Amino acid sequence: MNGNLLRVEGLTRTFGTGCRHCVDGRPARTNHCPRCGTVYALDDVSFEVRPHEVLGIVGESGSGKSTLMKCLYFDQEPTAGSLFLQAHDGGNSDAWAASDQARRRLRHTVLGMVYQNPVDGLKMNLSAMANIAEKLIAAGERRVKTMEDRALELLDAVSIPSARRHESPSRFSGGMQQRVQIAKALSSRPPLLLLDEVTTGLDLSVQAKVLDLIRNLKRQLGIGMVLVSHDLAVIRMLADRTLVLLAGRVVEEGLTDQILEDPQDAYTQELVHSLL
Amino acid sequence: MSGAGLNPLYNFAFFDEGSKREIRRATLKALAIPGYQVPFASREMPIARGWGTGGLQLTLSLVGRSDVLKVIDQGADESVNAVSIKKLVCDTTGIAVTDLTGEATLIQSRHRIPEQPLTEDQILVLQVPIPEPLRTVEPKEAVTKRLHAEAEYSGAYLLLFEEIQRYGTLAGGSDHPVTVAGRYVMAPSPIPRFDNPKLHFSRAPVLLGAGREKKIYAVPPFTPVVSLAFEDYPFRVESFEGKQCRFCGAREVYLDEIPGEDGAVFQCNDTGYCRSRQAGGQA
Repeated sequence: MNGNLLRVEGLTRTFGTGCRHCVDGRPARTNHCPRCGTVYALDDVSFEVRPHEVLGIVGESGSGKSTLMKCLYFDQEPTAGSLFLQAHDGGNSDAWAASDQARRRLRHTVLGMVYQNPVDGLKMNLSAMANIAEKLIAAGERRVKTMEDRALELLDAVSIPSARRHESPSRFSGGMQQRVQIAKALSSRPPLLLLDEVTTGLDLSVQAKVLDLIRNLKRQLGIGMVLVSHDLAVIRMLADRTLVLLAGRVVEEGLTDQILEDPQDAYTQELVHSLL
Repeated sequence: MSGAGLNPLYNFAFFDEGSKREIRRATLKALAIPGYQVPFASREMPIARGWGTGGLQLTLSLVGRSDVLKVIDQGADESVNAVSIKKLVCDTTGIAVTDLTGEATLIQSRHRIPEQPLTEDQILVLQVPIPEPLRTVEPKEAVTKRLHAEAEYSGAYLLLFEEIQRYGTLAGGSDHPVTVAGRYVMAPSPIPRFDNPKLHFSRAPVLLGAGREKKIYAVPPFTPVVSLAFEDYPFRVESFEGKQCRFCGAREVYLDEIPGEDGAVFQCNDTGYCRSRQAGGQA
């Protein structure tokens, strides 16, 4: 494992059976076979995340970013590939092949997820407190006091007034909902945080707040992160290393500065120039 | 009234024999796997779903010619619902009914377990609106089935945590989830927390039927039933300390609080129990 927090090997996620025209190769820059309609959401993606590192993943809509995150958080099963987590058997066995119970435990103890859409990550019929405590309960905590203390500490860390802790997140603003999600993701002190387009759909001042929060987490807790975004400014600000996805395939990987200042791949050049 | 009111248009106990057998089979399976929700082919009944069709189907599948039936609705023997159910069973079986818990062999109940302890010669049937204790946190049946299979019950604890956040204590009025025989978490139907301990090592088998949701589950006799709680928020039943029934003087029973002009007065919720105590001259 060489001290990596996480290593993904040959992750493939297809929708459809494939045909003889697309199994061996399909046109570049599309993830879907024109003959049989099979979608290759992810095709042989490999990467690793080192301790304390923030890995950025960029790509346009449909490039497979969210599917990748859902596979990492065990929301979806990959078609092929292996996931090695430091916290699962020391990184010696494939976490995607583990039992449902083991995967659920990993989800709640090793990973924290912040979804693009807060509705996916929060239970809107429960209070903010209960949402934050959910991961702790799932991890086996059975003392109310411990959970309340931790939840209050986290609400404070994400600047949500504790007076609103009994309210449902559905009554919060988009930025606050995103911050509740972050608090929830951090509750069980996971070594790895997954962030899927956390600032998309938020206005600029709120974006700045959420980004500030994430930057502080990186500095203070030093937890590893996988950060998906289509916004290169976000990637530039937070990511140490960056992976460029196009039509389900990795086209370029390297230090963020390198990728943004001196892109090698034609698509990456296009992407960087179209936005800068 | 035995035999007298038997309606010749119906088979004994309303159902055809095949239906009874199917319900009994589900019931036996439910008894064999304590707390597990067994799906069954819930029948169309002459009362509306949500009015106790699950319990009624269990009752009709179990009733024999020598049975004595008691039906209670929220503790009362003479509520419309209880009376209608008794009428249907009597019309189609001709068996006797009673208000006295001790005399009944078969007791169908909604929202209460009788105050008088049940014996191994009796069967308690409870009507269930929502059999799935995890439904509030997980709307999909396929997922809750899987959660039961994996004994993954953190959702039930999450709901209790939310209750503590909202009311400062484990104060859910009814249907407080229980672990049966150390395995399945079960909704005990909307009985008050006060009645949960009566399920623990009950001498009488407790059968639970949900007609609309098409599920039967059970607590067999002498089975451990433990109410869910947190380490620092133990399970407690409703307290009626210092209160007593205004009619029979009973203490340590589940009391109804009736607001009046001179403050609230209390009386037994279990009317059959109250009446038998008054008749016994204990008032």
